[in-house]
Amino acid sequence: MSELQRTPLRDFHAAHGARFVDFAGWEMPVQYRSILEEHKVVRRAAGLFDVSHMGEVDVRGPDAGRFLNHLVTNDVAKLFPGRVLYSPMCYPTGGVVDDLLVYMRGPDDYFLCINAGNIAKDLAWIREQAANFNVTVTDRCEDYALIAVQGPKAVEIVQSLTGAQLGLVKYYHFTEGTVAGVNCLISRTGYTGEDGVELYHAAGDAVALAEAVLAAGAPHGLELAGLGARDSLRLEAGYPLYGHEITRDISPLTAGLGWTVKLEKGADFIGRAALAAEKQNGAPQKVVFFKTGDRRIARADLPVLSAAGAVVGRVLSGTLSPILNEAIGSALVTTAGSTQPLSVDIRGTLLNLHLVKPPFVALKKTS
Amino acid sequence: MSNVPPNIRYAKSHEWLRVEADGTATVGITDYAQAALGDITFVQVPKVGATLQAGETFGVVESVKAASDLYLPVAGTVVAVNSALDSSPETVNSAPYDGGWMLKLKLIDAAAPGGLMDAADYTTLIG
Repeated sequence: MSELQRTPLRDFHAAHGARFVDFAGWEMPVQYRSILEEHKVVRRAAGLFDVSHMGEVDVRGPDAGRFLNHLVTNDVAKLFPGRVLYSPMCYPTGGVVDDLLVYMRGPDDYFLCINAGNIAKDLAWIREQAANFNVTVTDRCEDYALIAVQGPKAVEIVQSLTGAQLGLVKYYHFTEGTVAGVNCLISRTGYTGEDGVELYHAAGDAVALAEAVLAAGAPHGLELAGLGARDSLRLEAGYPLYGHEITRDISPLTAGLGWTVKLEKGADFIGRAALAAEKQNGAPQKVVFFKTGDRRIARADLPVLSAAGAVVGRVLSGTLSPILNEAIGSALVTTAGSTQPLSVDIRGTLLNLHLVKPPFVALKKTS
Repeated sequence: MSNVPPNIRYAKSHEWLRVEADGTATVGITDYAQAALGDITFVQVPKVGATLQAGETFGVVESVKAASDLYLPVAGTVVAVNSALDSSPETVNSAPYDGGWMLKLKLIDAAAPGGLMDAADYTTLIG
């Protein structure tokens, strides 16, 4: 087995009792105390996540904005300095290369955050597409560490460590400033459905920043939270995870992310023709979210059955919602099949899927 | 470190068995097992009256991460199951040897528990 990559916080996690897993080639903390408890702490107070495995890319140059608007499906032309945009990045087929955040720092200066498991693939893809544009694409993955502070107390906690006025930084906006003396890009974003910030900073500052946030947050109930809670929080919020709800074979329209596909924006973009055709003709399959009313987890790849018992799809993600105390998940089902009563067979017990429009729980994130 | 109480017996597959004063045997999973599984979200046990052989699958324990089979350490007939785990499976995490018990058996061979590991051997196994 090849050696796992480590974030600058690996020993910090170990000192705090983390249990590690291999996630996309990274040795990452899956939990410290309990996935269910860490999940509930984030919904109730705040959690601190190390997401330094995520990739960062600078895109700079006179064509940067025009290039990115060609590269991704959402409308980069709507950005202004200090604004963040979520977007899929598609193949010409309409399948997804990755989903990412686009940060606009200035007219010729953008910054991307991409998924850890896709870094090499994305960099190759982005550079290939950039060939005919006057842009410079720079891999910054090694330079940055990233922590997410998420939960109803998150902003108050980080505000106590910074002179930046976080009240002026709205959801999906960012600013630059120091947090506990560490230079940060402070982004009002997250993957939990809660209010909070994500702090991009130099890898060498990661331990000092994490220690400072943990110390400042502890009186507010903040705890360390691992990737286990990150996954259940994102699924409860109804957010897609690359490799599950969106893949090379599951387009953003199939995944229910039509709001991120701007067919009418003032630029052609990769995948536009295929996505326009999918929109016009209707997708043969769609991603649905479900709960079961039972504690047994319907896990990824479990077949989804129609009322007649025919296989009409498969589960993409499944977990136990620690808030609802029942199994929740997502599935890819045939569009025709998705109107029928659906079920899964878990060890001989047939459980009905109750389709839900996510989020599964009321979320408090601010706009 | 895992809690390995004395005076109960252990199976290699990380179940424990305690012979009670009335001759029945109580079965659960060890502290080591619950810690390895993580947050337990569901426990499936057989019906009262079922007779199972040693080594046979008697149920499933699900955690957030995975579903794992449970193996009966010795042959017996199920005389009680812990129905409190239906709504509070996390008790297996918090009290694996007490509130987290899974079933009680009428033993087919009263001497069978003697073939299981004692606490010292189990401690060595999980080293």
